[in-house]
Amino acid sequence: MSLTELRPAARQPAPPPPPGQAKHWLYRFDTKTIPYIFISPFFILFAIFGVFPLIFNGIVALRNWRLDDPTLTGWAGFANFSRLLSDEDFWNALGNTFGIFILSTVPQLLIALIIANLLNRKLRGNTYWRIGILLPYLTPVVASTLVFAIFFARDNGLANWFLSLVGFGQEAPLDWRAQKWSAWIAIAAMVNWKWIGYNALLYLSAMQAIPRDVYEAAAVDGASPWRQLWKITVPMIQPVVVFTVILSTIGGLQLFNEPMMFDENPQSADGGSAHQFQTIAQLIYKVGWKDLDLGYAAAMSWALFLIILIVAGINTLLTKRIGGDR
Amino acid sequence: MTTTVANRAPQDTRGSWLTYLGLGIALLFSAFPVYWMFVIATSTDEAVAAFPPALLPGGEFLANVREVFTLNEVYFAASLINSVLVSSVITVATLFFCSLAGFAFAKLRFKGRNGLMVVVILTLTVPNQLGIVALYIVMGKLGWNGTLLAVIAPSLVSAFGVFYMRQFIAHAVPDELVEAARIDGALTLRVYWNIVLPAIRPALAVLGLLTFVMAWNEFQWPLIQLNGTDFPTSMVALSDLASGNYVIYRRVLAGAFLATVPLIVLLLIGGRQIVRGIMEGAVKS
Repeated sequence: MSLTELRPAARQPAPPPPPGQAKHWLYRFDTKTIPYIFISPFFILFAIFGVFPLIFNGIVALRNWRLDDPTLTGWAGFANFSRLLSDEDFWNALGNTFGIFILSTVPQLLIALIIANLLNRKLRGNTYWRIGILLPYLTPVVASTLVFAIFFARDNGLANWFLSLVGFGQEAPLDWRAQKWSAWIAIAAMVNWKWIGYNALLYLSAMQAIPRDVYEAAAVDGASPWRQLWKITVPMIQPVVVFTVILSTIGGLQLFNEPMMFDENPQSADGGSAHQFQTIAQLIYKVGWKDLDLGYAAAMSWALFLIILIVAGINTLLTKRIGGDR
Repeated sequence: MTTTVANRAPQDTRGSWLTYLGLGIALLFSAFPVYWMFVIATSTDEAVAAFPPALLPGGEFLANVREVFTLNEVYFAASLINSVLVSSVITVATLFFCSLAGFAFAKLRFKGRNGLMVVVILTLTVPNQLGIVALYIVMGKLGWNGTLLAVIAPSLVSAFGVFYMRQFIAHAVPDELVEAARIDGALTLRVYWNIVLPAIRPALAVLGLLTFVMAWNEFQWPLIQLNGTDFPTSMVALSDLASGNYVIYRRVLAGAFLATVPLIVLLLIGGRQIVRGIMEGAVKS
């Protein structure tokens, strides 16, 4: 960018040259420099608090960096990364993260599709339905998880009450937090609850952009609404499906709030007495701010970043293939 | 589902009773946890411990709320004020900075405009949460760790906001209007203030609501920064309220309900805008 270069903007006719040097300088400043001043707050703040930490994180991961012992510094090489490979807690958290991720993403997107299809009709009060299903999206996860924790309580939780109605858990009520599978299901239920409405609106907006003649052309076959959904609608909104899969991959693999607040003692970040439902994001928090080992936590963040990239890539390919086959 | 021959697009088909039934169930599932939060917040210990659990509100709401507010170590009342403060500052800053940048990208001509816009779009996909360790060190160098400033600063701008504003301004503000003002000798800042801002009020409402909700619900970073201080945000205070050896559910859920009420109010006032924001964002992404 140069302040001395005065080139008229392509489509804006130059205003009559203002008399006097001062005015002229002001005009140049206004057309040449002001645009950069307007966009600079975003780029400066984003560089300091967004991009730089992400890069700097890579350096921290290669160093010894402890909050409790500032004298312990220096390069650690790949020690933090090789420690990861043999860290049982890390692999356990990775397994939990994936378990919860699969249990939450697949039902979430399928149910969202069905609800979007229901909303994609001529309805009475259609705005109110949309607002209604968005309530979970607005509700703070920290608050809603506390309700779910009571819902899944062992001794007088509603979940166990429903189970007892259909004849399960008569002799000993199910302790949802105690085993991996049940804790994962409980946490996945919370994630599903929060995101189904949001995803349904994303799908709905894509469904409404499908040209009407696509359906009219296919009507010759006499497709039922159900077949219509899977044969016509879903393939037509495939780009948005891919987008939601990527969004839930990025969000799901960084899951933090639900497992934190589901714990009997939320601030311990343990994810259950034997880490049954400790996720990687939780472990990063624990290693960094409970064990005070920032170098190791940074290495873990990078590992998670890599995992997210790989899984998002695989999921994108899978979703594209599924859509293409239909 | 009926199996009549469908010769109409679904959006032109009237919803059957099955459609309404399905949506009714979905709505019930959406609302029940929030309703039950309120039920427990209004109950006595005995009602909470009953089996099967009580499903109707009790009369203890004010007593439970008073208990939450008078707990010494939790600072719940202060936390609500802090959350309002933090979320408001973040919202106002996001609206201002993003509309400024969006205006520049949509209507002003400058070198590198397209390249820089691509950078904005790329940053949309960066998961910031993965940089929190280094962000904590950055805040340490700035001397901001353990302050509200550390919670606010990283959220003052958003790539989505710039993108959303650019799209909206490109359509909502006619080029001729900007040119006419320029010919009259108006400076760019005046064009922004007198022409652009009034024209984009709907977009400001949408982005403002979404930003406020996200800032209010933020948990991990505020927890790292404010845990153990006497000025937490409401999410941090809530996690504090729920921690410890002996948890009193009616009290915890009274706190949870208090921290949810502002968002329910926003949904009642601005639900239409929030729905529109999410649906427009989807089309443009």
